[in-house]
Amino acid sequence: MIIEVEGLRKSFGDVQALRGVDFSVDEGMVLGLLGPNGAGKTTAVRILTTLVPPSGGRARVCGYDVAHEAAAVRRVIGLAGQATAIAPDLTGLENLQMAGRLYHLGRSLARQRAAELLERFDLADAGGRQAKTYSGGMLRRLDLAASLISRPRVLFLDEPTTGLDPRSRVGMWGVIRELVAQGTTLLLTTQYLEEADELADQIVVIDHGVVIARGTSEDLKDRVGGDVVEFGVDDRARTAQALEVVAALGEGTPVLDGTGARVQVRAGGRGGTVLVEVVRALDAAGLPVSGMALRRPSLDDVFMTLTGHVAEEGGTAPGPGGRRGRRNSGRRQGAGVGAGASGSADKGDAR
Amino acid sequence: MSGAQAPALPGTARALSEPGAGQRLRWAFEDTMVITWRNLLTWARVPAYIVFTVVQPVMFTLLFRYVFGGAINVSTFPGGYVSYLIPGVIAQTAGFASFSTAIGLSRELNVGGIDRIRSMPTARSAVLLGRLLADVLRLLVTILVMVGVGYAVGFRFQGGVGYALAMVALALYLGLAVCCISAFIGLQVRDEESVQAFGLIWVFPLTFVSSAFVQVSSMPSWLRGFAQHQPFTEVINALRVLAIGNKVQPLVGQSLGSALWQSLAWVTGAIVVFVPLATRAYERA
Repeated sequence: MIIEVEGLRKSFGDVQALRGVDFSVDEGMVLGLLGPNGAGKTTAVRILTTLVPPSGGRARVCGYDVAHEAAAVRRVIGLAGQATAIAPDLTGLENLQMAGRLYHLGRSLARQRAAELLERFDLADAGGRQAKTYSGGMLRRLDLAASLISRPRVLFLDEPTTGLDPRSRVGMWGVIRELVAQGTTLLLTTQYLEEADELADQIVVIDHGVVIARGTSEDLKDRVGGDVVEFGVDDRARTAQALEVVAALGEGTPVLDGTGARVQVRAGGRGGTVLVEVVRALDAAGLPVSGMALRRPSLDDVFMTLTGHVAEEGGTAPGPGGRRGRRNSGRRQGAGVGAGASGSADKGDAR
Repeated sequence: MSGAQAPALPGTARALSEPGAGQRLRWAFEDTMVITWRNLLTWARVPAYIVFTVVQPVMFTLLFRYVFGGAINVSTFPGGYVSYLIPGVIAQTAGFASFSTAIGLSRELNVGGIDRIRSMPTARSAVLLGRLLADVLRLLVTILVMVGVGYAVGFRFQGGVGYALAMVALALYLGLAVCCISAFIGLQVRDEESVQAFGLIWVFPLTFVSSAFVQVSSMPSWLRGFAQHQPFTEVINALRVLAIGNKVQPLVGQSLGSALWQSLAWVTGAIVVFVPLATRAYERA
């Protein structure tokens, strides 16, 4: 067990950012900490990287207690994310060399590691240029390289692709996968469900400071049960009408996805039948739609099932009644799923 | 615990055994040097910073020398207004140099750079000390440029090399104190725009309501008391005697000993008070 978190709590004044969080990560694994903005992900990472002390509970990294053995923890971890360590007026090479010096590698080793990492992250040609001339993707890679300069045993990546364009994001995923292939233990926070799906072995879903689900991405998808029929409404103004038209079809209440542009109907095991029913109902109502699809559930659907609200806070409001239902269904289902999760495969890890 | 990990680097392996006090002190020193160098490199590469630290003080010097100087009567002063002015304008520059301390720290705090360094084994003190050291070194460059410009427009050190060096050292010491205060402001206020607004505002009355540009005796009586005894004036009086020599003690209205003693007390006092405050603000930020 390389990361162990037990009953972790953190309050800032009256605000409880974490209300008793447990999880653990085995060496060489990737844990995806998933949740909307403000769920408590970043607070968890800040505690694990010794930046803030916990208000309660315990957290250990490589066997060192983050509150009482912070100096030892800092020697075995790396933290990267949103290019925060980069001095824009220095070159890529200088940035990495200085990071190496600040990890106490010594001058020559720092220089050697910096050159290696520039090569490895496809930045060798840009190494002599000031970092402020880099693209967003290059900056994230440089930042990641800086956090790897001392070969940390555990790497924390805080929203490593937030704000990147899709192409750079896919590039970053490639870089992260390669790292993991070499055995680095990784804790990754993200609000992109797709990203956790792509990269993480185990996913812990956090909402309002508590763990509401955990497991592999497949476990979580099974929990939603069955396929999803999804379509976009051509006339955005008629989205609400579309939701009403298909309200009685499928299982549960149809919802809007995170972008607010697509309607999702959960089909359970009757994917084909529900698809036909949806098409008929929409046709009868004279609603033109596009991108009709029957697909396996995504983690977005999982999130919706678990919390009753979509993952991206601040996105378009969910379907009618979605907000209202959120508190109750979130609590109730969250508790149920949590209990279920402790009986699942990763229970062995937790104790 | 260590499975199929890549072999640890020598540096990390050494780091895993608990370092002794001597080792930690050496690292703290090296970390401070690395961060100082990082700040100085940044400064050297941004034209705006160079304007701020070199061009602006030179403009002030020339402005007072040629525009306002003619209207300011210090005819009894040996060497005329330019000799009176240079020590004053150097003290003012030492005050303004602190601006980058506040801005630099609040900016790093806001982009998360300070958090990042805190998650590293880097000495906790290095960020603050590296910032202060870089700013003081930069002030040294500014002062040397100003002395050069001063020489071009008629200023001369008249008290000998020892006094001249002491003047530069005292100006740097003043700069360090103001930078400590400024570091506290930057870390406490945090928001960069507020720092832009408040970072310097307190320096203005201290530098202008002083003996820097005009003789205190020319000010209205209600202002004179403050102007005569506030710390900048004490430091400027000492700088002036060091620059021009003991002969100006009567004109300055203070003996070198008394001016020096009082300025050192003020400056040291400010450092003693604000270093712990800035450190605490840094720890909490």
